[in-house]
Amino acid sequence: MNADRRPALKPVSESVGPIAAMAAVFARDVRVAFRQRQDLLNPLLFFIMVVTLFPLGVSPEVAFLKQSGAGILWVAALLSVLLSLDHLFRHDFDDGTLEQLVLQPQPLFLLVLAKTAAHWVLTGLPLVLLAPVLGVMVHLDGNSIAILCLTLLIGTPVLSMIGAIGAALTLGLRSAGVLLSLLIIPLYIPVLIFGTGTVAAAAEGAPVGGYLALMGAFLVLAVTLSPFASAAALRISLSNS
Amino acid sequence: MSEPLLQAIDLECERDERLLFQNLSFSILPGTVTRVEGPNGTGKTTLLRILAGLNDAWSGQLLWCGEPRARQRESFLRNTLYIGHRPGIKPLLTPVENLKALMAGRREVSDEVLVQALAGTGLAGFENVPCRNLSAGQQRRVALARLLIADEPLWLLDEVFTAIDADGVRAIESLLQQRAAEGGAVLVTTHHELQLPGMKRITLGAGGVHEC
Amino acid sequence: MWQFFHKLGSPKWFFGIATRFMPWLLAIGIILLLAGLVWGLAFAPKDYLQGNSYRIIFIHVPTAFLAQSIYIMMASAAIVTLVWRMKLADVFVKAVAPVGLVFTFLSLFTGAVWGKPTWGTWWVWDARLTSMLILLFLYGGTIALDRAINDEKSAARAVAVLVLVGVVNIPIIKYSVEWWNTLHQPATFKLTEKPSMPVEMWVPLLLSVLGLYLLFGWLACLRMKTEIVMREQKTRWVRELVMAGRG
Repeated sequence: MNADRRPALKPVSESVGPIAAMAAVFARDVRVAFRQRQDLLNPLLFFIMVVTLFPLGVSPEVAFLKQSGAGILWVAALLSVLLSLDHLFRHDFDDGTLEQLVLQPQPLFLLVLAKTAAHWVLTGLPLVLLAPVLGVMVHLDGNSIAILCLTLLIGTPVLSMIGAIGAALTLGLRSAGVLLSLLIIPLYIPVLIFGTGTVAAAAEGAPVGGYLALMGAFLVLAVTLSPFASAAALRISLSNS
Repeated sequence: MSEPLLQAIDLECERDERLLFQNLSFSILPGTVTRVEGPNGTGKTTLLRILAGLNDAWSGQLLWCGEPRARQRESFLRNTLYIGHRPGIKPLLTPVENLKALMAGRREVSDEVLVQALAGTGLAGFENVPCRNLSAGQQRRVALARLLIADEPLWLLDEVFTAIDADGVRAIESLLQQRAAEGGAVLVTTHHELQLPGMKRITLGAGGVHEC
Repeated sequence: MWQFFHKLGSPKWFFGIATRFMPWLLAIGIILLLAGLVWGLAFAPKDYLQGNSYRIIFIHVPTAFLAQSIYIMMASAAIVTLVWRMKLADVFVKAVAPVGLVFTFLSLFTGAVWGKPTWGTWWVWDARLTSMLILLFLYGGTIALDRAINDEKSAARAVAVLVLVGVVNIPIIKYSVEWWNTLHQPATFKLTEKPSMPVEMWVPLLLSVLGLYLLFGWLACLRMKTEIVMREQKTRWVRELVMAGRG
């Protein structure tokens, strides 16, 4: 063997900075989503349909809708985020790009954060933008709609962040969708409570700045902690595949 | 005397309550091509995933350049290229976009370099066609185009020849040989009989499944 | 010290220790629980507001205590699983999660039974009951995830992540449920909160809480032993154990 006399290749000592790597992950996810636009539309249609069920199934009375409208919209938004979570890592898992993501010489939690941010921009943000229309349909007044949209704007990223943990944990499992809901719904409860509670408080004329600040604190907590949990969960799921 | 890039000491892996291998020790030196061999189900893919850092359900020691790998994860990842069963190609993106995304966390590459690499794997003219319109073999060639621009000293290639035609196989063989001559290290699993002089072998599951 | 820690993680060592301590846990646990219950149910004075129906707290409170502390214990074990990869911690979480679920259910059930004579309805959306219900969901989630993953080590680590995420959320859930409660029903019902409980009531309560903790310890050891035997059935010491049991 003459292997010992051969030259060794020079090791690579530098790679792209983490911000650039995150931007690339984000851009790729957005680009893929826009090549498959129907997938972007589905959670929105689901959102509208769930909201429609309440006047039909419970009561179309203005008084009822006025009182429950914010709750209905929040529950519907929560469910449609939940529905879209299954896709967050699954396609990447199936085609192998997730493995390559984990093997990038970058802190994994930052890449996961970028992916989750893309998920929110592609599903959560459109829900927030659609909410005023549905708010009018359930007879909410202008002020309530504004507060509702604000709570959704702060709350839906929390849903995406927490949901990513569940999506990562259930990756590659049978009936992952239902299991994901079981794991994640209990964790969504505080966001739901404060989201609807803030709108209710605003309707009674109470100051809501404190509640919004509290929801902001949830968001900060979710953004700082959940990427670590999601990254750990991804490693476990990949290890098992 | 060149130091081993990656060194495995007493590697052991149990999966779904079945012992795949134990007391597995080997070194991967620069300038070598090593083939991981063994019948189906003996853990070839699992071994490669362990070495790549994807599977951490193992015990034993893995040294990267003489130091425990866990302590220098980033430097290890920066210097290792893994191409797995699943090629890591998004069907909705074009070959150029795919390669760009795969290289994104590592280093910046210009489109011209990528187009050239794609041409090198016989995909000239397909640069901007969504990968879902390509055949399975062509999709795998997109993934393999990374080998032409890779600067990572260690390559871990799992079943790279799947869906590749005879000419393609020969081209990859000579690429691996050339890589070894330059001082790179390559570890492959494949069902093809490789025609490489001086190739090393790691044989798994000799005499069937290990007894516990 | 390190050696002790290492030994602590060894299933075989645990098996021996558990076998030695279990009869004591069982005996003392039963004595304390019985003493607490008999005292509480038969001899403690009537409550001047609720009459005899309050006596269910001697079951309700201990189960509720345990339901919550089992989750905390699971979270501590989860850290050990993720950081030190200790097999025994995996076994603990898997063995006690269903116990936690049952205790949570019992505390909800006794709460409902208590609710009927007190408020005239089986269920009220009281802050404590609702928090307990969510805790029940959390237990259900961990068990479902554990069942869904075939590989034991991956299952243990995935469940550990989930339990840790859950334990971070529990205070947030409690806080938000309490806030929600005041928003919708301004402080009408308060369960188990007494301005001052006479000694004749809290001593038996303390006894039954302690007794139930010891019984939980016994049950945890028993379930862990079963789990260890299942996992280690291929190893020599378990085989020898089984042979000795037969012979």
